[in-house]
Amino acid sequence: MSNTKYILGSFADPDEMMDGIDKLQANNISIYDCFTPMPIHGIEAKLGVRPSRLPIAAFCFGGLGLILGFSLLYFTMSYDWPMNIGGKPSMPLPNFVPVTFEVTILLCALGMVATFFFRNHLFPGRAPRVMDLRATDDRFIIAIDARDNADHTLIDNLLKEAGAVEVKYNERKYVSYE
Amino acid sequence: MSSHNESILREPLMTGKGITYAQVTDDILLPVENKPNKAWWIGFIVAVCGAMLWVVSVGYTFWTGIGAWGLNKTVGWAWDITDFVWWVGIGHAGTLISAVLLIFRQNWRNSINRSAEAMTIFAVICAATYVVAHMGRPWLAYWIFPLPNQFGSLWVNFNSPLVWDAFAISTYFTVSLVFWYCGLLPDIATVRDRAEGLRKKIYSVLSFGWNGSVKSWQRFEIVSLILAGISTPLVLSVHTIVSMDFATSVIPGWHTTIFPPYFVAGAIFSGFAMVQTLLLILRKVMNFEHYITMFHIEAMNKIIMVTGSIVGVAYLTELFIAWYSGSEYEMYAFANRIAGPYAWAYWAMMTCNVISPQLFWFKKIRTSIPISWVLSIIVNIGMWFERFVIIVTSLHRDYLPSSWAMFYPTWVDVGIFVGSIGLFFTLFLLFLRFLPGIAIAEVKLLLKSSSLQHKTKLVQEGAFPDDQVEFFRESMKKYDSVTEEEINALRKK
Repeated sequence: MSNTKYILGSFADPDEMMDGIDKLQANNISIYDCFTPMPIHGIEAKLGVRPSRLPIAAFCFGGLGLILGFSLLYFTMSYDWPMNIGGKPSMPLPNFVPVTFEVTILLCALGMVATFFFRNHLFPGRAPRVMDLRATDDRFIIAIDARDNADHTLIDNLLKEAGAVEVKYNERKYVSYE
Repeated sequence: MSSHNESILREPLMTGKGITYAQVTDDILLPVENKPNKAWWIGFIVAVCGAMLWVVSVGYTFWTGIGAWGLNKTVGWAWDITDFVWWVGIGHAGTLISAVLLIFRQNWRNSINRSAEAMTIFAVICAATYVVAHMGRPWLAYWIFPLPNQFGSLWVNFNSPLVWDAFAISTYFTVSLVFWYCGLLPDIATVRDRAEGLRKKIYSVLSFGWNGSVKSWQRFEIVSLILAGISTPLVLSVHTIVSMDFATSVIPGWHTTIFPPYFVAGAIFSGFAMVQTLLLILRKVMNFEHYITMFHIEAMNKIIMVTGSIVGVAYLTELFIAWYSGSEYEMYAFANRIAGPYAWAYWAMMTCNVISPQLFWFKKIRTSIPISWVLSIIVNIGMWFERFVIIVTSLHRDYLPSSWAMFYPTWVDVGIFVGSIGLFFTLFLLFLRFLPGIAIAEVKLLLKSSSLQHKTKLVQEGAFPDDQVEFFRESMKKYDSVTEEEINALRKK
């Protein structure tokens, strides 16, 4: 088993997987990552994953959109070519609201999603780093780095005790490079 | 937790026996992973014929100019803007389901959000084509955007709602597309990991390399929530701005402050009607009865009823204010709607939009699939007439009686409208063929909390008091996807 890189505990039920995480952690076995077909609530807290900072990014992009949108309107309507429309003010603030709002929303959405894609390395054509092909279908996978955690029999026993349907010893990290 | 126990009084969002996570994937991917059935092909061929009619009509318009339409110097806006507003309105339900219901944590959105969002995107595409076509010189369409130019750097007039509209619609389309595609990533990854060969390669590119790790799901949920949060005011702003295209002009019948809320309610009303029209067929043809249940149908009918009533109140308020304002032009505009040459269109609108949704107060009607379907079509017809009435009846009696005119559509007007429906269905059917029509990951969340199977298990274990179980058993009777045997199994063992 010396060639084993990752041990995968494959569960058919999310609650059993959560139980598996508890059992492993109680035995000081570090978990590399979990792969699930759906979001599991409360798993981040268990694995000590820090809260996402995407809301901050979204707020910053929204603020940028607000400034850019307003600047565009101010520049075109009031600075570069102020028009006299029936003697009305050349900086009609209420009329600036809709476009400024739309640009704010647009930049907030695009900026946040771009940050999400960038941080998660998601882009069209990226080779999927998948450890188990059923992790996107019906299996809940706990991946354990086999080199950091030497006692493989213990891991095997703990996973099976928690209800793992299958325990895999993978010699390659990802299965999806073909 | 994925398996928290919810009250037995809540009706299940998923029915069927022996459903597993694998079963959910198999059921939903059935149309994607197999050759389409006859119903799909028939629908697709009809839709493509419609889309070709659209190509011919729009091509003819571009070639000859908008003189090809039935417009005259009095009625300068007619079917083009009617159809535009109709399509934009229909688009609103998708965002409402995906964004507003997400913020309110309405789990029933999970099984219908994907197709409703797709519907939004295709409806906005249809709407956008009218904007471009009615400009007359579509190759100059970019003039609506503030680009540096050779005309002494003359900018667009940002005081004009038409410019706001260009910004609103393009932002709405972009944000809806991004929201829809982000939600699709995990499901495309599911298709990818089950596929072979070329299909695997294509879905692999489309999946952006999604792998379902803890961090990706965490960020995915945050992104969905914030997109929902910003889409909610966005969707309200879009139809508000569409209504301002009318409300800021000084035409009797258009120049009213009630327009923004009235248009938004009307948009949600027509959007849900279209979702109902599509989903009732979809669940039958695609065998999604266990995922899109009677609960969903009834919930949507209730929303149609509420928004239909809001629209009804708005119609009556308009009439009252026309009289109360004392403005003779405003009063004439409404008298002309009620009893003028377009009275038939006004009363068609009133019947379809105000009276017919009131039938949904009756539970028998609300839970009947054929009646719901027919009523949803009637609402769509009524909402088309609403826009026709607002636009054409307000314009056709100009200030000078010598300029009074009627509007008669040409074959090009009809061709573009019928064709755009064909275009819409072509895109929608292609979507159902190549992408999962139900959000697989989100439906899986319901399996261990809101499915009938899970609730049955809890009832049999005796987790709930008898009177509550009795209530639940009673509410199961309306479900067409639940058998007598399954209802009888809802007893403590």
